[in-house]
Amino acid sequence: MTVLRVNTAIVGGGLMGCWTALMLRRRDPGHCVCVIEKGKVGAQASGVNYGNLRIQGRHPGQLPLSLRAASLWERLPDLIGEGCEFDATGHLYAARDDAREIAKVETAARQASEAGLATELLDARALAQRWPWLNGFSMASWSPRDAIANPRLVTPAVARAARAHGALIHEDTAVHGAARTGAVFRIDAAGGLTIEADTLINAAGAWAPEVAGWFGEGAPIVPAGPPQFVTDAVPYFIRPSVQAVDGTVIFRQVRQGHVVVAGYPRSPSDPVANRAPVDARKIVNAMGHLLRAVPALEGATLLRVWSGIEGYLPDMLPVIGPSGTTPRLVHAFGFCGHGFQLAPGVGDVLADLVLEGSSRTPLDRFSIGRFADGSAEVAEHFTREFDRSLQVQAVAHPGAQRTR
Amino acid sequence: MHSTVIVGAGPAGMAAAVVLARAGEHPIIVDEAEQPGGQVWRKPAAPLQPALARILGRAAAAEHEQAHAEFASIAASVDHRPRHLAWNLQGGELFVIEHRRIRPLRYGALLLATGATDRLLPVPGWTLPGVFSLGGAQTLLKDQGALIGRRVVFAGASPLLYLAALQYKAMGATVVAVLDTTALPEKLRATPALAAAAPRVLARGLSYMARLRAGGVAIFHGVTALGIEGQDYAERVRFRCSRGAEHDLAVDAVALGFGLRAETQLLDLAGVPLAFDVDFRQWLPIVDGDGRAAPGLYAAGDGCTIGGAAAAAISGRLAAYAILADRGVAVPATEVAMLRARLARLRAFQRALSRAFAWPAHWLADARDDTVLCRCENVTVGVVRAAVAAPLGPREVNRAKALTRCGMGRCQARFCGLATAELMAHALAAPVATMGRHRSQAPVKPIPLDATLVDEDTP
Repeated sequence: MTVLRVNTAIVGGGLMGCWTALMLRRRDPGHCVCVIEKGKVGAQASGVNYGNLRIQGRHPGQLPLSLRAASLWERLPDLIGEGCEFDATGHLYAARDDAREIAKVETAARQASEAGLATELLDARALAQRWPWLNGFSMASWSPRDAIANPRLVTPAVARAARAHGALIHEDTAVHGAARTGAVFRIDAAGGLTIEADTLINAAGAWAPEVAGWFGEGAPIVPAGPPQFVTDAVPYFIRPSVQAVDGTVIFRQVRQGHVVVAGYPRSPSDPVANRAPVDARKIVNAMGHLLRAVPALEGATLLRVWSGIEGYLPDMLPVIGPSGTTPRLVHAFGFCGHGFQLAPGVGDVLADLVLEGSSRTPLDRFSIGRFADGSAEVAEHFTREFDRSLQVQAVAHPGAQRTR
Repeated sequence: MHSTVIVGAGPAGMAAAVVLARAGEHPIIVDEAEQPGGQVWRKPAAPLQPALARILGRAAAAEHEQAHAEFASIAASVDHRPRHLAWNLQGGELFVIEHRRIRPLRYGALLLATGATDRLLPVPGWTLPGVFSLGGAQTLLKDQGALIGRRVVFAGASPLLYLAALQYKAMGATVVAVLDTTALPEKLRATPALAAAAPRVLARGLSYMARLRAGGVAIFHGVTALGIEGQDYAERVRFRCSRGAEHDLAVDAVALGFGLRAETQLLDLAGVPLAFDVDFRQWLPIVDGDGRAAPGLYAAGDGCTIGGAAAAAISGRLAAYAILADRGVAVPATEVAMLRARLARLRAFQRALSRAFAWPAHWLADARDDTVLCRCENVTVGVVRAAVAAPLGPREVNRAKALTRCGMGRCQARFCGLATAELMAHALAAPVATMGRHRSQAPVKPIPLDATLVDEDTP
């Protein structure tokens, strides 16, 4: 048996865990950090998501965190030494000719400007002028600061940077259990590895409720994923990332020419069997939506579909912050399919909590306690953007304590 | 709900349809091609039909004609759907596409007879125009009576090199040489096993070699350091012969044949487990001797185990009998027993062949860094090696794909996957089976974005 003594142990080598490790080491080179990952870093939701670095259109409570993250993404090569196809393409949050959709876009634009993000509301004529290939939207909010990056590359690159800064990264190391004795966490991991840590960070994604359960708390995570697909390479012309507010189609083009597409409703995925099936009918639907939005893609082909195992919570907000039961246990999970952009911000905020005890970025909306005290609500889009079976599963026990 | 759907109208699918039709069933058989036959029994364009014997050789032409005649005899009982690509299999539905119309097919039994493609091995210059896979060279010949060039080299590790070279010679091409990468002693070692399993097939194969030699075609065994060069297309083939001498041949086309690889994507999508086969050095589905893969799901032919056309046809018949038996229909026990015995012999023959003509996967150990490995995404050997050597580098092929794009393009790693695994295994000094295999995702082949879903029963 090997015992490893660290200051902070991070369960989960996804984007959250790796950014946290990097930020801790950058800010305090004497702080000993270990990431424990059951498989490979960034192999789950961090690696198979759509790659959207969208700031606008988020819950207003997330905007300060999202803006903090944006300023870190914009320094990506400085921070990790690699670009990972980061590209500030801008983002269009687009409404069809529908009063509810238009109101939603207008609200998002207002909330963005209140938070300090510059956006521009464009009518159909302005859209046609700037992006003549775009079809079927009556207005949109344009956020030039929003960006994209390649999710397959980012987490391994952040992990390499963290390691170069002295963080320990243990891949293929499942955590079997953890407990706090006195002021020390003891974490039992695969291969007879025991880690002792002052602080434990639960960044285990869709598997995080199990970790929380060891400390008597939980959150009603729903594992799901949107159907996603990629087209064959076509000449590069789709410059901003575009999102229909109803989520029927979200698309961006990469420099190699492939168009990456996601669409709702999301389907259930299985964290136990590690499978994220993609419904063929949903793909065919999303293909139709894409062609209506960009008729010039007629003649392109569908290359591959995939989905992922993302952790969703019924109020569509993540859990970020201290445990309600255990001192120096910090949670960061349940990013509801929009964690990719937040990740460096989350890493920096968790470093605040670990090194300084508090963060200047407001986290009150993200407390794990909201599920225990019943204050968490079911978000309106949770009822629209998911398969019916998933809604029933989550709404049935929104405040349930998930202990295994 | 249709009782039985067969994917693939090659030797296995055709033979299965014949058994089912004669038992009073009306199977649907979906196939990508215009005409039934698959690759081996590909029907030439109509004006070429009379030249069949000249193109294929007399013995092959006779088998070809018999198979097609048998299939034609049951035409009234079979719903043959040409130009249909089966692109997804999910939740008991097979999704097929024909000219932008996607149709879900429900089935009582599904027989996957998806066949095989050439296995490729990246050698310097293999992506130059004028370089074809051996199967591609034969397809052109059979389908259109066309040749890949006038001065052709056939190179690789496959008994079919000799057959194709003869066919090309008969059609007037100059066969510059056959470059066999396997050594003569290896083939001699396999001869007793080959002779025991299928003496007539062995004799036929040996006669190909003899006829080529008699016709003045140079045959080299134990070829190494194979590379193709040219400005804009293949102009020269360089290699080292077993005596160690360097050779340089002027060509205008090259056919590369390194054996076959099974098309297993639909089986993988259905969740059928695959296992690494050490002789064929590839992942093959786990099925029982008659092709049962899962309840209601069957596999036959080269998409199941590499065996060649004769074995494919027998395994197709066995799978059809398994479908009938699983429905409670009485099947002729003696015939089934005889088919099983013949199939076992033919597959043993193919296994011995795979040892005699082992693909030189070890070449990847010293492959040049600038050799293209994934032609769809233009990823070189060096890029994958560098990724493997980097901190937290990939240890299996799916991770390598995520990090390097190798295997991420149009062919979905169907053609670079096996070579990528071999390359990584060498770089990591690990067994190739531990490098895994590329997970299948729909669609099996690209489908047009403007396809729409139509009802199962819409004509």
